Order: sequence, then structure tokens, then C-alpha cells
Amino acid sequence: MSDSPFTEPGLIHSDAFLNQLMKRQLRLSVSCAGAFILLLVGLPLANYLAPQFMGQRVAGFTLSWLVLGVLFFPYVWIISKIFINRSMALEKQEVENVKQQERI
Amino acid sequence: MSFSNIDPWILTLAGITVIVTLLMGFRSAKSSKSASDFFVAGRSVSVGWNASAISGEYLSAASFMGIAGMVMSVGYDALWYPVCYACGYLFLLLFIAGPLRRFGAYTIPDFAEGRYDSPLFRKIAVCFVLFIGFFYTMPQMKGAGTTLAYIFPGLPYWVGVAVVGVVITLNVALGGMKGITLVQAVQYWIKMFAISVPIFVLMFVYGGYGKNLSLNHSAADGAAPPAIEQTIGLGNAIRHPLPQKAPKDEAWISPFGPLTTKAAKAAGLSAEETRPLSLLYTFSLIVALVCGTAGLPHILVRFYTNPDGVAAKKTTMWVMILIGVFYVFPPVFGVIGRNLLPELYAATGSKGPDKVVLELPTLIREKYGVLGSILSGITCAGAFAAFMSTFSGLLVSMTSALAHDVYGRMLKPSATPEERMKMFKWCAVLVGGVSVLLGSLVEPLEINFMVGQAFAIAAASYFPLLFMSVWWRNMTMKGAATGMLTGGLCALISAAVVNVSTLALDKGPMGKVFSSFAGINDFWKAHPLLRILAEQPAIWAVPLAILLMVIISKATRKTVPADARMKMLVLHAPEALGLKQEYIQEQQGPAH
Repeated sequence: MSDSPFTEPGLIHSDAFLNQLMKRQLRLSVSCAGAFILLLVGLPLANYLAPQFMGQRVAGFTLSWLVLGVLFFPYVWIISKIFINRSMALEKQEVENVKQQERI
Repeated sequence: MSFSNIDPWILTLAGITVIVTLLMGFRSAKSSKSASDFFVAGRSVSVGWNASAISGEYLSAASFMGIAGMVMSVGYDALWYPVCYACGYLFLLLFIAGPLRRFGAYTIPDFAEGRYDSPLFRKIAVCFVLFIGFFYTMPQMKGAGTTLAYIFPGLPYWVGVAVVGVVITLNVALGGMKGITLVQAVQYWIKMFAISVPIFVLMFVYGGYGKNLSLNHSAADGAAPPAIEQTIGLGNAIRHPLPQKAPKDEAWISPFGPLTTKAAKAAGLSAEETRPLSLLYTFSLIVALVCGTAGLPHILVRFYTNPDGVAAKKTTMWVMILIGVFYVFPPVFGVIGRNLLPELYAATGSKGPDKVVLELPTLIREKYGVLGSILSGITCAGAFAAFMSTFSGLLVSMTSALAHDVYGRMLKPSATPEERMKMFKWCAVLVGGVSVLLGSLVEPLEINFMVGQAFAIAAASYFPLLFMSVWWRNMTMKGAATGMLTGGLCALISAAVVNVSTLALDKGPMGKVFSSFAGINDFWKAHPLLRILAEQPAIWAVPLAILLMVIISKATRKTVPADARMKMLVLHAPEALGLKQEYIQEQQGPAH
């Protein structure tokens, strides 16, 4: 790797590299956000459209209360765990790509 | 003023919390020497400490006391608050945390200037740090005044505000952020202990979460009341008769209850007409809380204390777990409080449901004597930890904005590190003083409403700025500034209009002060939809800000920073490639 990356031309300073990098990161972030927004939009809608179903009792809770008050939290933890693992793998892959290109 | 009815346990445990906070601040003052230590703790804080510290800073008086009170008074709809407070971090993690850390700036104003090479934009961003900061400080101060008035019956509200304000200001001025990181981390664990231990004892004696909830009958249950299963080891859930003022079971336990239907009820709409408006209210509340969390300045500044972008992501993950676990508990207080302390419904303000967290453990005192006193003392200590830690975090970020941005960059760029450190201390005293002054004025205002306002303003100003700047290369300074200012100010103004119209209904002295605004309430009655959009402005203010950013940026396409590609590369390229710009190093060199 070069000592002064700000002046050196090369792969990482091409538009193609940046565009691809951002596109891959954004795709990962948006798909994880999609899973989150699905529940965020879906739960109020389910409450609105199917109040009887969401009102059924589970261990004393209404289903709706159980989802919002308890289950929502682990759901989000799982999404964030998946995101962190994937984004770290993505970064590692990008670094390897650049190193390979520089060797050529 | 009489001090005869002070519980010695409550006093002792709350006192210990304050003293430990102070001692730790003074101890770490010795070890924080350089300017970098003061501003971002030398960027050497480990993931575990940093995650605890962010959580400690985030769990405010509103989280500790306000949520339990709100669940008790309005039921299901209030659950969105804790859920979105905790899960809003996911947006921060997905879109903002990593790139911002890679960019390597101290504060949001640093980012604003660095991304657009515009000192003018820095000034605008600094204004918003102070603006949101002071807005968020007021409810913390209200919490402090209310809790001290609970511990020392008869103590004037403003004395409590002043005492807490002075203690924390000194702590921040002497210890800087290094001290605060340690203190915040410990504060989180105090709060976690203080909310969980009493609730487990209460559940053991008075029955579990679900069992207490099952006592509330809903329409979906049919004619027969739900069967209450007996769980081994847990006591029987009981309930006292509800007073007239309490919401009915059906409205309380079901979605779209009193919180979201208030405006439509006031307008006399039918149940069928009300439901879509409730849904709209719920969605707007979600947008405000989720986006607002991702834009709170005092939380964002802490991501710079991570050693690298990977650590920043891991920290966010742990923050979500730590605060998520915490936020399961306050609603339990609200549910048990509804069954056991329904008399709180009759009172208002600081004597009403808001103090259910402090009041519930005293029931154990009646049954088991001194154990109840200790539990009460623990929850009071938790309340102290709550407003002390959030206030000190806000104080640090506002003081940084003043000392680092206004003084270090605008007034005297040639300042030496010693001069800057001295200025940090004086700015802390100044900001602390103003906060105490503001805090002592807001006694009649509701804690949760003030917090909601701060979130809505952050959602409509900082969130669009950060999100668009990180992901859209063709943003211009003019586009960013226009969007941020318009979104933020619209959210602020509409919230303020709702505020003064509510204050005009107050029966106390504030009602007279604001009586000239009473006419707005007639307008709300005629237009419930507008009332909801003004009370929860996020659903239109956030898209408005983003739309303006896009339109203005396209119109001023020629002014896209020439090195935008380099900026985006620094934001997105893995740190292993060695592209990072260090703002700190730049600033320690000669003035430019």
C-alpha cells in the first residue's frame, strides 16, 4: 500500500471502485433495514386490520403486547448481529480485492 | 419545610450514587491531561466500556420514570416509546455509525464542515447542537426537581434543579469526557440494577408481567374473563378498583388507545373516523423516535471515542442489547402500578402516574418492612443516576460545541491546547448555568412531551443531514443546509404551537400567561388531522427535509465539492486501506 494515498492514482481512486463499494454497502444496509421496517410498519397495520387476532391471549399477554413489549427487542438484535457479521466480511473482501489488484 | 418524614434508606442510597459519581469524576480528572483526552477520551475507550457509557447516557429521566408512568396512564400505545428508543439504534448502525467513525471528525459540526468544506455550515450545525441539547436538558432538569421533591417533601422544585445542576457542572468541568465515560458506564449498571431488582421482587410478591396484564379485560377476550394460570413461586395478581379518571380496560390494553385518539375525541369524531387518524399518529410517532435516535448529537459524539469503525459497529450492537434489556422493565412497573396503585390516576403532574416507579416499592415496605425501604432507596438511586448521566452527557456535547467549535475554530483558531482546556471548563459552567435557569422554568410542562420534541427536531434536522451526506455524493452545502434548517424549524414550530395551546388549558399560573393562545384549541377541535400532524410532525417534516436537500442540491449542482469522490471514499472504504483523514492531527498543527 502506498504511503500517501491522497495523491497516488490507482484502483481505489477510480469512480468504478467507489460506486461498487457504496452500492454493495447500501444493498446490505437496505436489506437489513427492510426486515426492521417490515415489523415497524406491519405491527400497527396488523393491529389495525386484525384486532381480534392480535388481541388473543398468550400467557396473559395480548399477542400484540407480547410482540411489542418483549419480542421486538431480540428480533432487532438478530438483525444487527447479521448486519455486523456481513459488513465485516464485506470489508475484508474489499481489502483483499484491492491488494490483489495492486500486485498485478 | 420538615425533614421528619424522610426515609433514611432512600436518602442514603441516593446520596451514595451522587458521591460515587463525584469521586469518580475527580479521580479521573487527574488522568485526563491532554485536550484530546478531554474531548473524546483519547479515542481509546474499549467496546464494553463505551457501550455501557452510551447506554448510561441515553437512559434518561424519561426512560426511567416517564415510560412507566406513561404506560400506566395510556397503556399499549406508550410501548412504542421504549421500543423505538432502543431499536432506533439499528438505523444508526445500518446507515451512519461506521461511515461517520471512518471520517474521523470530533463532532457533527466537524463532519458538516469536513464534508462540505464550509465554515458557514459548521456554524449552522453548532446552533442545532445547542438547540436540541437545551431542549433535551429541560426534561432532565424537571426529573431532577421532581425526584428531589419526592425525597425531601416540601423542598421547592427549583432548589432540586439547582443542586443537581451545580453538582454535575462541577463534575464535567473538572473531569472532562474521560471521567464521564467511566461515570456513565457505572451509571448504566446502577440504573439496570435499580429497575430490575425491585421489579423481580414485586413480580415475586404480586404476580408476573403476563398475569397482571391478564386482569385487564379486552374485547378480543370474549365474554369470559381470561383464565389466570398459577405459576409456581409467583404470588397472586390482585387489583384494586379503578377510579373514575382511569382509562377503561379495553382502551388501555388495546392499540389506538387514549394517547392516539385524544385529538379525534376532542373533535367529537366517531370511532370509525378516529381509527385511521390513530394509525397515522402511531406511524408519525415511530418515525420521530426511530430517526430522532439516529440524530441525537450527544449520542453521536460518543462514536468518535471508538478506536475504529469495526469497534463502532460492535459498540452499537451492545448498546442495543443493553438498553433493550433495560426497556423491558419500565412497562412492567406501569402494568403492576395500574393494578395496585390506581389512586395515582386521580393526581396530576409529579404527584400522578409519573412517580409510579418510586412509589411501587413502598408497597413492599408495608408487607416486609425494611426490605421495602431498601428497594425504594434503590429505585431513587436509579432515578438520580438517570437524570445525572443524561445531563452530564448533554453538558459535555454542548460544552464541546462551544469550546471546540465556537471558541477553537471561530473566535480564536490560534488557541493553544492549554487555552482550549481552560475554555472547556468555563463553557461547562456557562452551559450548566443556562440549563439550571431553563430547567427551573419548565415545572408545568410534561417530561415526555419535552423529550418527544427534542427527538422530533433531531429527526427532521440531523438525521436527513447525516443520512444524505453519507450516501449521496452529489449533495451540496446549500442543499444540506436548506433541508436541515427547514425540517428542523418546521418540527420545532409545530411542536411549540401545540405546546402553547396545551399550556393555555393549564389551570395554574401558566394558563394565565398563555391564555391568549386558547383560541388555537378551537382550531384543533375543527381540524383534528392538523392537530395530529402538528403534535407528531416527523411524518411530514423528515420527508420534507430530504426532498428539499435533493431539489436544492440538483439546482446548485455546480457547487458539489470538487473532492466529493475523495470524501465518499474516506466515508466508505475499509479502514485497512489507510485512507482515513484525521481531523485531530490537522487541528493540532498550525492554524489554517
